[in-house]
This record gives sequence, structure tokens and C-alpha cells, in this order.
Amino acid sequence: MKARIWGARGSLPVALTHKQVRAKLVTALKGAVGRDLDTPQKIEHYIDNDLGFEVSGTYGGNSSCVEVEAWDTDAIHEHIILDFGSGARPLAGSKLARYGPGKPQTYHVFMSHLHWDHIMGFPFFTPAYIPGNRIIIYGCHKDLETAFRRQQEPISFPVAFHQLGATIEFVQMEPGVPLQVRDVTVTAKLQLHAGDSYGYRLEHGGKTLIYSTDSEHKLDNAAERVAFVDFFRDADLVIFDAMYSLADSISVKADWGHSSNVVGVELCQLAGVHKLCLFHHEPIYDDAQISRVLAETRRYAEITGEAPLEIVSAYDGMEIAL
Amino acid sequence: MELQPKQEGSTVVLSPAGRIDHTHADAFKQALDPHLADCRRDGAPLVIDFSDISYISSIGLRALMVAIKQVKAQGGRMVLAALQPLVLEVFTISRFDMLFEIFPDRAAAVAAVSAVGT
Repeated sequence: MKARIWGARGSLPVALTHKQVRAKLVTALKGAVGRDLDTPQKIEHYIDNDLGFEVSGTYGGNSSCVEVEAWDTDAIHEHIILDFGSGARPLAGSKLARYGPGKPQTYHVFMSHLHWDHIMGFPFFTPAYIPGNRIIIYGCHKDLETAFRRQQEPISFPVAFHQLGATIEFVQMEPGVPLQVRDVTVTAKLQLHAGDSYGYRLEHGGKTLIYSTDSEHKLDNAAERVAFVDFFRDADLVIFDAMYSLADSISVKADWGHSSNVVGVELCQLAGVHKLCLFHHEPIYDDAQISRVLAETRRYAEITGEAPLEIVSAYDGMEIAL
Repeated sequence: MELQPKQEGSTVVLSPAGRIDHTHADAFKQALDPHLADCRRDGAPLVIDFSDISYISSIGLRALMVAIKQVKAQGGRMVLAALQPLVLEVFTISRFDMLFEIFPDRAAAVAAVSAVGT
């Protein structure tokens, strides 16, 4: 399996400001002084190896959307998507660029929940407009279909849901009851979030990917901790809502429905997870702040003295092979 | 967990030891709770001497958070002292360093809370 992050940001899409771009340029050019960067190769080496990702790149600003590649997509034109945040727009562009409008595709989309930042990409998901495509939207919320139809009512969007050309289906899931998509097994778990959210465990070919976003963890609930450790057990990758600091998540932002990097490390180490991916970045964090959180999270995983844990921070365009 | 309470002037100093993790956090909280009631305005300030604490996890930090909320609501003052470098790192990473008054050693903490109101 491979995970491809199309939207890593939480709550609201964001974009770099001109001041942030300028600050990156100033840092990069200051760092270049005295380095004799007189060939394109030297310049690229400097960018790729001597500048931190927070300067040379960006974590991006699209809201939650992750693609999971489980099959040879040259042969099998079916795709798995987790959430329809604004990252679904560039995902759609990439699929159209690869397959063109003439090759019908099937998209299996698993919804963590129906808050706006997780559904807002759907009206801009161009495969939905193309007859022949099939979009199957899975979720545990009873009002799954209503949420998608409602955001395309005239007061919010100029194209109504019924005008979409693709075949669109909704599949009701039950938490804890595995569902099969070809040879991928998908199991949902209820999470703590306003209106409920659901995490997904995807298993394929001996590899396991967990998608657990918009999920608050109450530290005094030992039974829930055990339940999540079981859900994460031995996963190769856990994509985890690490939106807040631990202090914020249990004080001023308690009951806001999100978790922290510290709890992510603890749960993953208890569960024997191989790799933790920090996800659903706080929209007010700039690239430097997200890189700081990543470095601190790696350090925390060392301090605990528990099992080694590889840690990355999601960015738009990131690919993680399992 | 034994907190070895000691009276230093009007201040009560507590000295937990070991790890405050998922295994020991409940014991720490239960040992700490009886000392919180007197930590109020015009009561006894609390200093928690962390010099013998080697690690604190999220649930241990939560116990401290619950304690400081109670103390502040009562108008009292509870501060931390002598965090080992690794424990101080945990406070920084979790941003708990923003929520607590932290002093480099026990004497500085006792002096700070004792000086108030004099």
C-alpha cells in the first residue's frame, strides 16, 4: 500500500502569505552567501540538502484528503480516498491528467465525518461531473448522503447534486464490522468528536494503515485508551490528528475534538506501530512551527524510552510507502 | 505514591519519586489530592520538588493540570521545582511549561512563594 497526502491541514484550508514566501527567500538567499552556487546542480543540492523543509518547501494548506493506493492502478481503475477535504480538487486533477475523461474510474471514498473541511472538496472533484465514473461514498453517519446533497443546494453552490454526471452511491457502514473493497479490508471505529467521527483501519497484503483524524482522546478514560491501542495494533502507518499541543488539547481546547502529538506517540508506542504521521495541522501554524512540532515529537518518542517509532509530518503531495 | 511532605515556613514541599506514567499517575493524583485543599488564598503554598522524577507522561501531566485548576480556583499557588532535563523537555514539548511556574531548584521555588504578601 501507499498513502498519498492531498490535504494535511485541519479545519480550514490556508495558503502561504506573501510575507511568508519572502521570509523563505530571505532565509535561503542569506544561507547561500559564500557557497559559490554557480551551477544549477549546486543550487539544487543546496535546496534539497542544506535548507530545512520549512524553508525549501511547505506543508501545504488543503484540508483533509488522503489517497490510498493498494493496487496496480494501470490495470485496476479503482481508487481509495479518505475524506473529501479541499485536497480532493488536486487529487481529481491528477487522475484526469493520468487517465483522461474517457476511461471510467471507480472511487471508494471513506468519510471520517461530515464537517465542512472534510466534504468541501467534493463539489470540485471533477470525476463527479463525468458520466461513466462511479463514486461510492462510505461512512457510519446516518446523514451521510444528506451532507453531500445539502452543500450543493443553490444557496451554497451553483451545481446541484442531481446534475452530477457520475454514478454516486452511498454505503452505510457499522463500526467494528469489516467491509471488503476488492482485497482491502476496511474497519471503522467510533471516535470522540462533535457529531462523532470514525477512524479507519485498512488492511491489505499484510500491511495496515490507520486513518484517525478529528479524534479527541480523554486521558482519564483507560478503556478508550486500550480500545485505540487495539485499533492501532501493529500498524505500519498511523495518520493521526495531532492538531494541538497536549496542554491546549486538555485545557483551553478540551472538547474541541482534536488530539496532540504527545498522545499520538504514546498510543502508537503502546500499539507497536511502525510509523506515525502527524496530520490535521492547526491552520494558524506556519511551516516553521509544524517543523518544530515534528522535531519535538521525534524527541518525545526518544524520551519515553518505549519502542522505536518513525515519525513524519504530513504535507500536501507527500507519499508514504508501507 | 509517597510524596514526603515537608513544611518549610508556610510552604508545603512535596517530593514524588520515579515515573509518573500510565502505571503510576493514579497513585500520584491520589497522593497529591489531600494537599490541594489547603493550598488556597491565605493558605499554604505548594512546591512540588521534581528532582527525583525521571519521566512524566501525558496522564501525569493531566493530573498536574487538574491540580493547578483546583488551586487557582481556590486562589492558591502551586509551583514546580528542580525538573530533570528530560522532564523539562517533556514540559516544553507538551507546552505545559506555559501553564506552570517552574523554578530551577527547590530553594528558589520556596523563596518565590514565601515572598508573596510579605
